[in-house]
Amino acid sequence: VTILAVSVRVLCLGTMVGTTAALTPSLIAGHRYVLLAVVWAAIAVVVATYATHRGLLAKYLVPGTLLLVLFVVAPVLATLQLSTTNYGDGTRTTQQQTIAGIVGNSIVQTAGSQRFNLTVATTGTPAAGPFTFFLVDRATSVAYSGTGAGLRPLDPARVTLTGGFVTQAQGFTMLTPIQVNAAAQLLRNFTVPTADGAIRQLGLHEAYEGRAVLKYDKAADTITNTQTGVRYTVQRQNGREYYADSNGNRLSDQSWRADVGLDNYRRAFTDPRILSGFLRIFAWTLVFATGSVVLTFVVGLALAVMLNDPRVRGQKLYRSILLLPYAIPGFISILVWSGFYNQDFGLINHLTGMHINWLGNPLWAKAALLLTNLWLGFPYMFLVSTGALQAIPIELKEAASIDGAGPFTNFRRITFPLLLVSVAPLLVASFAFNFNNYNVIQLLTQGGPFTPDNPNAGATDILISYTVRLAFGGGGAQFGFASAIATLLFGITGVLAAAQFRATRRLEEVN
Amino acid sequence: MRLIHRPSASAVVALMAVAALSSTTACSAAKPASPGPTASAASAASKAPTREHADLVIWTSETASRAITPLAKQFGSENGITVAVQVIASDLAANAITANAAGNGPDVLTLPNDFLGGALQNGAIAPLGLSAGDLAAYDKNAVASVTRNGQIWALPYGSENLVLFRNTKAAPKAPATVEDLVATGQAAVKKGIVDRALSLPVGQQGDAYHMEPFFTSAGGSLFGSDGTGQPDATKLGIGTPASVAAAKKIAALGDKGSKVLSRSIDGSNAIAQFTAGKAAYLVSGPWAIADIRKSGVPYDITPVPSFKGGKPASPFLAVQAFWTMSKAKNPTFAQEFVTKAMNTPAAMTALYQQDPRPPAQTAVLKAVSAKDPDMAKLAAGAKYATPLPDFPFMAGVWPPLSQAFASIVGGADPTSTMQKTGKSIQSVVAAR
Repeated sequence: VTILAVSVRVLCLGTMVGTTAALTPSLIAGHRYVLLAVVWAAIAVVVATYATHRGLLAKYLVPGTLLLVLFVVAPVLATLQLSTTNYGDGTRTTQQQTIAGIVGNSIVQTAGSQRFNLTVATTGTPAAGPFTFFLVDRATSVAYSGTGAGLRPLDPARVTLTGGFVTQAQGFTMLTPIQVNAAAQLLRNFTVPTADGAIRQLGLHEAYEGRAVLKYDKAADTITNTQTGVRYTVQRQNGREYYADSNGNRLSDQSWRADVGLDNYRRAFTDPRILSGFLRIFAWTLVFATGSVVLTFVVGLALAVMLNDPRVRGQKLYRSILLLPYAIPGFISILVWSGFYNQDFGLINHLTGMHINWLGNPLWAKAALLLTNLWLGFPYMFLVSTGALQAIPIELKEAASIDGAGPFTNFRRITFPLLLVSVAPLLVASFAFNFNNYNVIQLLTQGGPFTPDNPNAGATDILISYTVRLAFGGGGAQFGFASAIATLLFGITGVLAAAQFRATRRLEEVN
Repeated sequence: MRLIHRPSASAVVALMAVAALSSTTACSAAKPASPGPTASAASAASKAPTREHADLVIWTSETASRAITPLAKQFGSENGITVAVQVIASDLAANAITANAAGNGPDVLTLPNDFLGGALQNGAIAPLGLSAGDLAAYDKNAVASVTRNGQIWALPYGSENLVLFRNTKAAPKAPATVEDLVATGQAAVKKGIVDRALSLPVGQQGDAYHMEPFFTSAGGSLFGSDGTGQPDATKLGIGTPASVAAAKKIAALGDKGSKVLSRSIDGSNAIAQFTAGKAAYLVSGPWAIADIRKSGVPYDITPVPSFKGGKPASPFLAVQAFWTMSKAKNPTFAQEFVTKAMNTPAAMTALYQQDPRPPAQTAVLKAVSAKDPDMAKLAAGAKYATPLPDFPFMAGVWPPLSQAFASIVGGADPTSTMQKTGKSIQSVVAAR
């Protein structure tokens, strides 16, 4: 054990412990106790593993395990938990928050009330108060002091007035704009009661007399409009609860969070909108993912084999040029390609003299997608194939040649099987990636073209683009439902990948 | 698209502390296989925006940021605070609502008035408390479009509606009707002055917003009006006989008719066709002005014409506005910035100068129109405009309606297309 190794170890562990210690106060302040416990537990495991000489095996397993938990298990559990709620647009808040928001936002200026010039002052500290509002009526220029006890006229001799604002008062500290802003949470609830309502702060330098039109009755769980007398009770409409009057008219479109059990899954399996397009879209998803992998692999491998021949001059130059599509950010390439496909102005129709409506015809749109994905993906396959080809011992080929194998037989019997052993897992990964390749669909066709019969399922939709539209399209963001769909897709992709890995295991028997 | 809502900053840092574990053993751990082609694109395109640290954080669009950045800087120096103006390139409304719910959102936001419905549904915004005196300075329609339940929810600053831009070299006289537009446009094509008569974005997925003036002039309507001039969700006009008749008139302009409308023209090339001098007419809004002026194409602006003997063409009226967020970290500065600093003729004029569109303050509109007649002409296009609907369920209405128009332009049967689309939209409205 060198001094360097020890000091690096101490430094790394110290940094982690220090970072976590530094985070602890803000986590406590945010009431994130579970996260706090998890972080400290993880740190304890790491320190116990690397600061002692025990558990040699753990030194290799702990990082991987922790990362697995962090990046795989935890998100899956969080997604599962979310999938049993109705969380989404209109249900982002709890019922209490919804009530507080609706009632709090119903404060209106009382009829005929004046606006005041406001100076916020304190007899304590600017951060904690207690606060006093120094108010100057804009119409009469009369100065008042306002506290929770009410409004009192000021003795002009005890304060300094400048430009219509109270700027100095004995025994008080005037808050600066930054201090007023920092105390916003406390000042939001600070009002000066008056006969008609209460005086409230508005921005930095103004106050007005306002009154909440709505009132919440906790015992009856109703909200009442004090001006019209209309009572709003909790009512269930279209699967959500709202405050609504006796005619069913909602007070607000804002509902609240609720646990819905397995409803999101039930919906995924029973909603006719989802079922109607599912099989067709699932089939196209398989075709798209398989087609993308096969096309990119065939083209990438062919180029790799050609450029792997030592007789080719300028190998490096060609290889660099072929990698260019990979170097351009994918979403820029896709947007450029979508321009190429324009029927009247696109490069492709322009060069070929054809007049194909590439993105408007279901079949051509699918072809366009595969072509674009080929352009995006072949450099990757070229790269891994080149690497794999160079790893195949030249002796094997020479031996086969001596036995009389031609170049094609050599490739088919020796090179390709050996290549597949190392490349097959990457093909599976590429399949799984393209199975959920949302970006290329969204940026090129948005799932279209659509028909008027079914605006939810387009001709080039794959499962992920289709379900994103269902979860985030027409009905606004539905995170709970989206989580249920994500869980189901996770299952489908997992089963497919497992089957493919099982299939690739047979390849290894070649060796 | 992230399926779980964004954790707060401290949570992310805490997770990173755990992630830092990997650094101690980076050498011993085998590198995981690459997930496949274009993995980098996936992460880049779906990244949610992160709130910067400042005493006032404003989220805005690319075009609006040009106008807002200098004003925000001035507000910062006057109050001795730091101000950050962040351009959110995509999904500004959805990102702001999600970030706000997580306590990580902006303090101030600029978006058109159709943000109101979704924002209220999510409790994402705070009312402004503007006085009646303040509001009297603004256009009544603009104020109405940001008013709900007796509260003002945003400060309007600029209005947006579709108008007809005309290349005066190709068409010296303003067309009185759509038929006139088609005739003069096609005559200009025949003479070789331009390549096409009209540039109006349709695209493969359609564009109901840009089709609205023609659709309403032909007798169609998306929603009927309630008593106050606001759209009424119970009066859906799609799928009705009137909408079918209107769709037939639009079909006559499409692939099976005069071919004036085409799916090859979409949002990405519509304005460019006009600025390149290739189209005699362009249906667009104030956002096109800067490009058109730069192009040097001689142009004039008139309201979108109506069909011969038809109803007036009524585009949607959208109002760009400042919103304050309900969970703003700096609510006082947000309120001060919107209701005081921006609520002045000087600020409204500065906004117009950087991002020309008709100002929502009536006096400012009058003042700028004296020097810039285009503003008065743009505003004139709103004479028959209806408010842009802000129902939270509009996200389920725009795509099928737009698609219907694209299909009809492409030659689909107008009757069955409109009826099927009507049923689709009806079910969306019913599920609200």
